[in-house]
Amino acid sequence: MPNNNLQNYNPEFLARLYHDMVLIRRFEERASELRNAGHIPGFLHPYIGQEAVAVGICAALGKNDFIASTHRGHGHILARGGEPKHMFAELYARQDGYNRAKGGSLHIANIELGIIGANGIVGGGIPLVVGAALAIKRANEADYPGTEKCAGGVSVVFFGDGASNEGSFHESLNLAALWKLPVIFVCENNLYGEFTSQEKHQTIKDIASRSSSYNMTGLIADGNDVLDVFHVMTTAVDNARKGNGPTLLECKTYRHRGHYEGDMAHYRPKEEVEFWMAKDPIDNFGKRLMEGSLMKKEDFQTVEDEIEKTLVDAAEFAGQSPHPDPEEALENVFVESYEGRALL
Amino acid sequence: MSEVATRRISYSQALNEALSEEMERDPSVLMLGEDVAAPGGVFGVTKGLYEKFGENRVLDTPISEEAMVGAALGASLLGVPTVTEIMFGDFVTLAMDQLVNQAAKFHYMTGGRTSAPMVVRMVTGTAGATAAQHSQSLESWFTHTPGLKVVTASTPYEAKGLLKSAIRDPDPVMFFEHKLLYNSKGDVPEGEYTLPLGEGAVVREGTDVTVVAYLNMLPKVLQAAKKLDREGISVEVWNPRSLVPFDRAGLERTLSKTGRLVIVHEAPRRSGFGAEIAAIAAEEYFDSLKAPICRLGGANTPIPYAPEMENRVIPGVENIIEAVRQTLR
Ligand SMILES: Cc1ncc(C[n+]2csc(CCOP(=O)(O)OP(=O)(O)O)c2C)c(N)n1
Repeated sequence: MPNNNLQNYNPEFLARLYHDMVLIRRFEERASELRNAGHIPGFLHPYIGQEAVAVGICAALGKNDFIASTHRGHGHILARGGEPKHMFAELYARQDGYNRAKGGSLHIANIELGIIGANGIVGGGIPLVVGAALAIKRANEADYPGTEKCAGGVSVVFFGDGASNEGSFHESLNLAALWKLPVIFVCENNLYGEFTSQEKHQTIKDIASRSSSYNMTGLIADGNDVLDVFHVMTTAVDNARKGNGPTLLECKTYRHRGHYEGDMAHYRPKEEVEFWMAKDPIDNFGKRLMEGSLMKKEDFQTVEDEIEKTLVDAAEFAGQSPHPDPEEALENVFVESYEGRALL
Repeated sequence: MSEVATRRISYSQALNEALSEEMERDPSVLMLGEDVAAPGGVFGVTKGLYEKFGENRVLDTPISEEAMVGAALGASLLGVPTVTEIMFGDFVTLAMDQLVNQAAKFHYMTGGRTSAPMVVRMVTGTAGATAAQHSQSLESWFTHTPGLKVVTASTPYEAKGLLKSAIRDPDPVMFFEHKLLYNSKGDVPEGEYTLPLGEGAVVREGTDVTVVAYLNMLPKVLQAAKKLDREGISVEVWNPRSLVPFDRAGLERTLSKTGRLVIVHEAPRRSGFGAEIAAIAAEEYFDSLKAPICRLGGANTPIPYAPEMENRVIPGVENIIEAVRQTLR
């Protein structure tokens, strides 16, 4: 059983967690620069500050598992193995994007990587993982053609504190509990839904407490501590794989930036921001790795250099990827696009 | 169909056979809905399927339309085709996000890299004073959402053949059934068959005027056509079967024969699918038209409770006869 003690982990695993968190942060910083430089036409919701959640959750997942994400989805997709170059290409609206330039930041999906998709609708992804878990259950029962890729898997949805007030959240928890499906509902409580603080949008502090309404296990993790997230998630995943049903896992965290790129977030008290900045998941984990002699000063620079190169290459790849032909807008409305069909 | 041996079965039996045969053919197909398992559905369409396929394939859901349709979509994205019953089509409003913002758009948003083979079966239409929230005909809403296919089944033959095609279809299909048709009987082939989506049918041949109708307007139009025959008016009745995809060529064929067009549906006339059909005819087949197009639809009101008021807002046989006479004047 993993826990929060560094000594119980393989050093390479710890280094990977650190690397993945830095990758997400630098990706988001770079994306915002690229957007300001006019390369990205759409809008962005930066994940900066919440990296420990995506990385800790996805580190507990295997090949046949699935995630569904949100409008703040880049971190989840990177942690699940999304490649920066195809992500940038999508943000740039180019042909080599994950969605062939038809999705953008809010819709990056790749079933092969176990990513059902980011989502532009708050709470929209929650029912989808209930269905994914249903497919998994089906695959576990027998070999049905097309379902082999999900056998033995679990499905995971990320959503915010704001989303926990949507009907889809409540319906989905009830359904998943009723059918004992292998789902982990991961609530990233970053204390704000858009510009509204949690105390102004719900009367509870611990969203995990809502699990009791559905006779479901509810767990809370320190969302700024990647090992704690991983540790708690591992318990939830084990339970799901054993057939013990779903878990509502709340990760307490904070976004460093505004709701979207460009939001100055003046609605947040200064002291609150400072309190959370001091809890930076990357700085703190880095410190611990140093103290535990698991990474040396120069190792941190190596990680930064390697990520810098990846992102420079990725942005270059995106910039060189062809623009889509406008006529492609008429394709893919239905599975077999044939003449005239797309216009129906 | 003359070569094929047929039987007379009801519309709901035909739907039941389609579900049963397709679940047998493809063991990954799942069915979901409220009271669809042991109870067999409010209209009995899913009777016996639970006994035959078991609780792992025929799933009773809580009264949670959004989660139900979203779960159907999620499963279908992972390669498990689903058929979901919405007990009364009116309740589809509670699942609109999952249909309109999610299901309809996944294939497109992902640049063609995902597909959602799911069918949503809806019990629709006006019957027996079920009033405003259990009587609506909402098909045109979905025709206005690219990415959804929209199918209407008007006879037992169509119900079986179209539902089988819908289940095999790789895209989300909104499948409309009419309450008053469940007990109607008709000839259905003995063996396996499917009817393609996007292919309409001439239900009755005629030469003076084409009347387009589907769902429960079809039997009414056929009655009207019989009566008009006695006045020497020859009515061709054409049924599009699916609204998306729509059989333009079929419409053109019948129009080039008759040159006159009346469209009848139960859904409110304003912005109903009849407007789309009229526009297609006017834009593309204007040269075939000898008279103004006539659209007959439900009144632009909610469906009232009192039977005499209910009849007032839904096109009846007399309204259809009058519309045809007008068009020929
Ligand atoms: C159904 C719906 N309502 C409103 C919005 C607009 N919106 C986008 S993000 C957001 C806030 C979501 O808050 P939360 O779920 O806490 O996630 P966070 O932004 O904190 O990651 C809102 C209101 C939306 N996209 N979808």
